[in-house]
Amino acid sequence: MLLSLEPRTQQSRAMLVLSPLLAGLLTLVSGAILFSALGHDPLLTLHTLLIEPVSDLYGLSELLLKALPILLCALGLAVAYQARIWNIGAEGQLLIGALAGSALAIHIIDWESRWALLWVLLAGSLAGALWGALAAWLRTHFNANEILTTIMLNYIALNLLLYCVHGPLKDPEGFSFPQSAMFGDASRLPALFEDGRVHVGLYFVLLALVAVWVLLHKSFLGFQIKVLGLDQRAAGFVGFREKRLVWLALLISGGLAGLAGVSEVSGPIGQLVPQVSPGYGYAAITVAFLGRLNPLGILVAGLLMALLYLGGENAQMSLNLPQALTGLFQGMMLFYLLACDVLILYRPRLTLNWRRRAPVAAAASA
Amino acid sequence: MSESPTHLRLELRAISKRYPGTLANDRVDLRIAPGEIHALLGENGAGKSTLMKIIYGVTRPDSGQLLWQGVPVQVADPAQARGLGIGMVFQHFSLFETLTVAQNIALALGRAAGSAKQLAPRIREVSQRYGMSLEPERLVHSLSIGERQRVEIVRCLMQDIKLLILDEPTSVLTPQEVEQLFVTLRTLADEGCSILFISHKLNEVRALCHSATVLRAGRVSGACVPAECSDLQLARLMVGDAEGLDASYPKRAGGLPRLRVDDLSWRNQDTFGTSFEHLRLEVRSGEIVGIAGVAGNGQDELLALLSGETRLHASERERISLDNQPMANLHPDARRALGLAFVPAERLGHGAVPDLSLADNALLTAFQQGLVERGLIRSGKVLALAEQIIQRFAVKTPGAQATARSLSGGNLQKFILGREILQNPRLLVAAHPTWGVDVGAAAAIHRALIALRDAGAAILVISEDLDELLQISDRIGALCSGRLSPLKATADTHSVEVGSWMAGQFDTAQAAI
Repeated sequence: MLLSLEPRTQQSRAMLVLSPLLAGLLTLVSGAILFSALGHDPLLTLHTLLIEPVSDLYGLSELLLKALPILLCALGLAVAYQARIWNIGAEGQLLIGALAGSALAIHIIDWESRWALLWVLLAGSLAGALWGALAAWLRTHFNANEILTTIMLNYIALNLLLYCVHGPLKDPEGFSFPQSAMFGDASRLPALFEDGRVHVGLYFVLLALVAVWVLLHKSFLGFQIKVLGLDQRAAGFVGFREKRLVWLALLISGGLAGLAGVSEVSGPIGQLVPQVSPGYGYAAITVAFLGRLNPLGILVAGLLMALLYLGGENAQMSLNLPQALTGLFQGMMLFYLLACDVLILYRPRLTLNWRRRAPVAAAASA
Repeated sequence: MSESPTHLRLELRAISKRYPGTLANDRVDLRIAPGEIHALLGENGAGKSTLMKIIYGVTRPDSGQLLWQGVPVQVADPAQARGLGIGMVFQHFSLFETLTVAQNIALALGRAAGSAKQLAPRIREVSQRYGMSLEPERLVHSLSIGERQRVEIVRCLMQDIKLLILDEPTSVLTPQEVEQLFVTLRTLADEGCSILFISHKLNEVRALCHSATVLRAGRVSGACVPAECSDLQLARLMVGDAEGLDASYPKRAGGLPRLRVDDLSWRNQDTFGTSFEHLRLEVRSGEIVGIAGVAGNGQDELLALLSGETRLHASERERISLDNQPMANLHPDARRALGLAFVPAERLGHGAVPDLSLADNALLTAFQQGLVERGLIRSGKVLALAEQIIQRFAVKTPGAQATARSLSGGNLQKFILGREILQNPRLLVAAHPTWGVDVGAAAAIHRALIALRDAGAAILVISEDLDELLQISDRIGALCSGRLSPLKATADTHSVEVGSWMAGQFDTAQAAI
């Protein structure tokens, strides 16, 4: 028996929608098999992983809190990826955003005015955009591949943050712990409800969601970005400015990642610590693709990814499963999605025997 | 042919292939004897490409039988077809642009290619023998369309070949080159190789082919000996009604100069490309100027300079002007704002984005026609424009949401031309407007160009199809090695004279205007 793939004459619209669902299902099945192999009850474990974390209001608030930075990063990445600019640097842009926001915040701890928050957020977003701009400059001036430069800039950003948190930004009264002083209340993002930690940064996500949707689907700028991504030659033929679009895409995705970073430090954390991000910027790459670079798809995928983070922590606490579980599920998800995406352009076909080639030998010898 | 059926090289029996929505091949029969040059004629969408792909193993038939040298076979893939001795030259070339000629050929040959050192002389030898000179070390992306075709043909000839399939091979060649190709093909046929020749140029089919099978809407509409048929008879078999196929258009003198290329000198960065020295050219309102020439003589470079994909420094902006507005330094969109419209040589990937809908492809160049308001796309207007193009230019498509990729070459070309014409350009530059387009669509495109001319636009057509240029242009010239011959009223010249210009036999000193 032989499974073969036949090209379809056009994209299957059904598979475009079904593929992520199928990938989700396969991930669940594989997860269940893995758990039973490890000697855990698969259903109970999946329940602990995926349902228990969001079974109360506090859990939902935590879910939104986790989803927030992932969504901001992923929405920005969607803009860049539409132009086929492979920005892998959301993590670094997020860290730089957090670093710059913190650097400002601890200098204005005494401010009472709400302007403090605005300036801190602005500093973080601009720093993220600047980090993206570095990659844009390297690409447009030296034709340096943005995949490599953004990855390298991630490490530079991380080490810069570690240096600052151990050095210049360390809280002098913090018993030498590697962390900054707590921000002033004026530069903290207020919580949305009394019981939960989710904060007004949620509005940034909603705003970004609408803005990115309008940009990509309604605006002429988004059309230019799409044409650049699909067909560089046609873009040049009609005079779309490639370099300008590269700058724009990296500035937008960098800025949103920077906003995500500064929202973390001025939101739930309240100070600069070495572990600002457990890899939100990398998770956002998966989310952007899982959501098909479509803002609504990204929303669903981002919530799912946040759930995996929460579930991983929950499973670690209550079932003693390793934290690596989160990464494992993320990886399986992306892996299955890419595999299922093949079905959008190809139709699977089962052939029941191998006889197909037999007559050819006869012909060749004839 | 005198051979008995059992000695046929290839026989197709009742081949059918259905695609969603269409029956591409409906019980098609075809027989080719060894050493026979067989023509396959038909309009775009008649099912020629599908049939060829079935023979070459790219697609499989739903039903029917394929006999190779009398034995039923199922050709599973092109590699197997090549193993049988079938070679094919596609209309859209299948070459890797970033590799050299030799590397491309080595890839197709596989192990038989031997080492690079052995291969290069073999390529030179084969290409010399068949009169198609090729430089094995050149990168394919730097080759013109005509030169790429040579690579494709030579690639087939390097193998032990029994059946050569050629899809529209002459559309990019000069009359002399066509003759050369025909000599090659006749030599091959005399050596016993069968040739399946797809072309829309009926006189060529008549000059070259021993027999012909005509397809219409997926079915065989007739078989004949082309030498015994007139163009009109053949065309009737293809399209049913033959109106406008041999139209002649009245010539016009033209009004005031509109496009002016004034003493343009430009040095090409690509060592294998063409540079220009003191190029002068003038196109007036209400006239069509045709520029003939063999592929690779500067057409691509000139087109890029005119479209704005290649720009000069601002200090040289006067070198190219439209209605006395200097534009040699402007980006393509700024030139369009001055009234330039442009139909590039390659439809997919240059003139249209393959994966975008026709509506989006209408927006692609017409965005300055009030389709964008405060940065947002007015999708209702875009859709209306796309539908207007489809209707006015009789584009066969399910609708404006169909992707550009899904259209046949002729239909997409009609769409692209319609998109440019509906923008009421002051100057239209069109490259190979009917390359690979069937007779019916070509006539429609010619009529549209003539109508645009009569409405007062200046039109520059750069084409390698000399017959077409003589038919539609009011003045004609030729490019050779980056030099432009004098332009002459078409009525006062003839194909032999233009042919000699294409070969470079003219005096540059008098070359002007």
